[in-house]
Amino acid sequence: MKLDSKIPEGPLSEKWSKHKFNVKLVNPANKRKYDIIVVGTGLAGASAAASFGELGYNVKAFCFQDSPRRAHSIAAQGGINAAKNYQNDGDSVFRLFYDTVKGGDYRSREGNVHRLAEVSVNIIDQCVAQGVPFAREYGGLLANRSFGGAQVSRTFYARGQTGQQLLLGAYSALSRQVANGKVKLHAREEMLDLVMVDGNARGIVTRNLITGKIESHSAHAVVLATGGYGNVFYLSTNAMGSNVTAAWRAHKKGAFMANPCFTQIHPTCIPVSGDHQSKLTLMSESLRNDGRVWVPKTKEDAEKIRKGQLKPTELAEDKRDYYLERKYPSFGNLVPRDVASRNAKEVCDEGRGVNATGLAVYLDFADAIERDGEDLISAKYGNLFDMYQQITGENPYKTPMKIYPAVHYTMGGLWVDYNLMTTIPGCYAIGEANFSDHGANRLGASALMQGLADGYFVLPYTIGDYLANVPYDKIPTDHEAFKKAEAEVKERIDKLLSINGSKTVDEFHKDLGHIMWEYCGMSRNEAGLKKAKAEIKKLKEDYWSNVKVIGSNEELNMSLEKANRVADFIELGELMIDDALNRSESCGGHFREESQTEEGEAKRKDDEFSYVAAWEYNGEGKEETLNKEDLVFENVKLTQRSYK
Amino acid sequence: MKIKLKVWRQKNAQDKGGFKTYNLDDVSEDMSFLEMFDVLNEDLVKKNEDPVHFDHDCREGICGMCSMYINGRPHGPKQTTTCQLHMRSFNDGDTITVEPWRAKAFPVVKDLVVDRMSFDKIIQSGGYVSVNTGGVPDANEIPIPKKIADEAFDAATCIGCGACVAACKNASAMLFVSAKVSQLAMLPQGQVERKTRAENMVATMDAEGFGACTNTGACSAECPKGISLENIARLNREFLSAKASSDNV
Repeated sequence: MKLDSKIPEGPLSEKWSKHKFNVKLVNPANKRKYDIIVVGTGLAGASAAASFGELGYNVKAFCFQDSPRRAHSIAAQGGINAAKNYQNDGDSVFRLFYDTVKGGDYRSREGNVHRLAEVSVNIIDQCVAQGVPFAREYGGLLANRSFGGAQVSRTFYARGQTGQQLLLGAYSALSRQVANGKVKLHAREEMLDLVMVDGNARGIVTRNLITGKIESHSAHAVVLATGGYGNVFYLSTNAMGSNVTAAWRAHKKGAFMANPCFTQIHPTCIPVSGDHQSKLTLMSESLRNDGRVWVPKTKEDAEKIRKGQLKPTELAEDKRDYYLERKYPSFGNLVPRDVASRNAKEVCDEGRGVNATGLAVYLDFADAIERDGEDLISAKYGNLFDMYQQITGENPYKTPMKIYPAVHYTMGGLWVDYNLMTTIPGCYAIGEANFSDHGANRLGASALMQGLADGYFVLPYTIGDYLANVPYDKIPTDHEAFKKAEAEVKERIDKLLSINGSKTVDEFHKDLGHIMWEYCGMSRNEAGLKKAKAEIKKLKEDYWSNVKVIGSNEELNMSLEKANRVADFIELGELMIDDALNRSESCGGHFREESQTEEGEAKRKDDEFSYVAAWEYNGEGKEETLNKEDLVFENVKLTQRSYK
Repeated sequence: MKIKLKVWRQKNAQDKGGFKTYNLDDVSEDMSFLEMFDVLNEDLVKKNEDPVHFDHDCREGICGMCSMYINGRPHGPKQTTTCQLHMRSFNDGDTITVEPWRAKAFPVVKDLVVDRMSFDKIIQSGGYVSVNTGGVPDANEIPIPKKIADEAFDAATCIGCGACVAACKNASAMLFVSAKVSQLAMLPQGQVERKTRAENMVATMDAEGFGACTNTGACSAECPKGISLENIARLNREFLSAKASSDNV
């Protein structure tokens, strides 16, 4: 299939304006004749649902949590980028565009990224108008910080809780539309299938998580704002409930999955403490602005530290290796996430890791505290330091923090065109759920920007272009397509409940996570990926013959919920491995050991791999077909990233 | 560590429910309280017993979904969320009693899971600034003194977990409502709807079956985000002044 990205013609900076003029409009009086389903109520979903409601569409919003305010966007800490240039330090829409394309290691679309940079400024205005309490200077204007290796200060923030404040803003706009009767909320309801009629997305099948009732919902368009799939690794910084099911169901109905192997491993997380660990906690990247990353120079000292015979504070300066500052003198501790993560793995693989497991490096604030005083450091990072102390029992003001990389964000996702529509007409994907704007590596403070850009300022325009051609007629939920989808969902649930094997869902999930982390994690190679593929195939067979799920469908049954999700994660894992195998170059978060520079940095192969890999489902047990969308760069010059 | 857990088990909203005791022999002090329940649940599933259902999601102390009433206190002995409570806060051999939030406006769904939709309804009745997407002024058009912005922020950090309601002998939602009313009353953007907001949110709070506030302060003492009692004082002022000069004409 030929993929049409629908990037508008013309100069980069005029594409979006022209496109906005060229898209079809739905007459204000006719908008009420259209129903839109929005699945997920994070930044992208809540902002889209609210904006649709304001425009006059009828919206049904779904979330599996007990309230839309719980969506995992709430946990984003650091900030949100916008090309406001309030700091007069040389920022511009073009610079934000350029940084984002470069940061993504040239694997994203110029057109999309430029649009993102353009609307970034509107997001900040919108959020402030909603009452989002961003950090301010004494003069009353908004404060900014430099973040994630950016050379300008363009990040807006609300202490270490930016995601929370932005989500509560979007949630408040959504709540207003609920009160106005334009949005109907369906909390604790999980999408289990996409329903298509005549090749178009026309609804979804859900399970009411309290009663177990399988229900159909009909609409003229379906928007998936269901987040990323980092939990395929079992341990990640995602919420416990974050899952790929909605996106995967759409994939199996014909939506292509793009670049699934592009996952971001975040360098600053609290290290694993034991087998009971259920999730990993991120410490905001902003900590690297003041913290210095190091490990002991020698294995012997590292071993003494691991055994508790030596305290890190006792180790002399000249026996420490501040490896990021040593290897990357101009960026130092602020190198992009993928570089920082890989280097941490490298020093730990050398045997210089520091906690009992040997899988941790130090993030040291001693110098910053001496320079700025404890009060200032506490004002900047107090809540993060407290969180660290609560989890680890150690005081980071007195002894260096220990950190290790963890899975954090997935750049891959459902393939979408410039209008954010998947390869299924009428089915859209926004926010982290689509593959879109981050290429092979997302820059800090860009996820919040993209989620809100899609929801507030892109999709409300582009969805009209599709709806304008859709007849007003509603498809009743007793249509055979709905009945068939319901029957399939029920059959799958019955199957899961009837196996009654000997291994729990969590045990399978841990096994899957182990395979993915080992072979498809921070660095990948052909032999490992092939091995992983065979192991996942075995795991899948075992799952469907030996999983143990307790209870019945007709009740709140959290092990059944998990069983449904893990089944999809296993299939996704297999596709991620296919994708990682196919892409024998290194780029951004995807590091193939076979493709590195002499200095051990990621080496792209632009002539071979300058494309989006969009995978097409062919049916149970069959290999997926690879479709390529070539990436064209007219405004940036492709260079090897260097942070030396 | 060895821990004896007394857990409230209730099959569904109609079931009467009761305590059930579980003995855990191998609890690590590095575990979070919820991870201890994960271990218990794995064990129950292996024994073909229904796992203990509890709400949780982010496990970073910010989504507000976890909601256990531990030894008579919401979220347990530390002023934090249950997911951020670690077993090192308990002693070997302890007996720990775990119940769901208890409030008329938060009916039990199953075991430790309650329905907190009444909070959403309160927000829907006015916890927002009525601006549509687009057409808003530049973000720096209205300077806001840092002190005011910071104070609004303190109120805005509420995670909507409901610990304040669970802690209150009257199951009052005043701390929750006052946090949102305060945030928006302090900011210039919230001025236009300031009076109707206070009136409508209080009316919804009452209609949803939350109790009256008697200023005991248990809510703030147990709030994992330390939302201050000053907000309740401010809500009382806001409400009175709205009633005295209502915009509801």
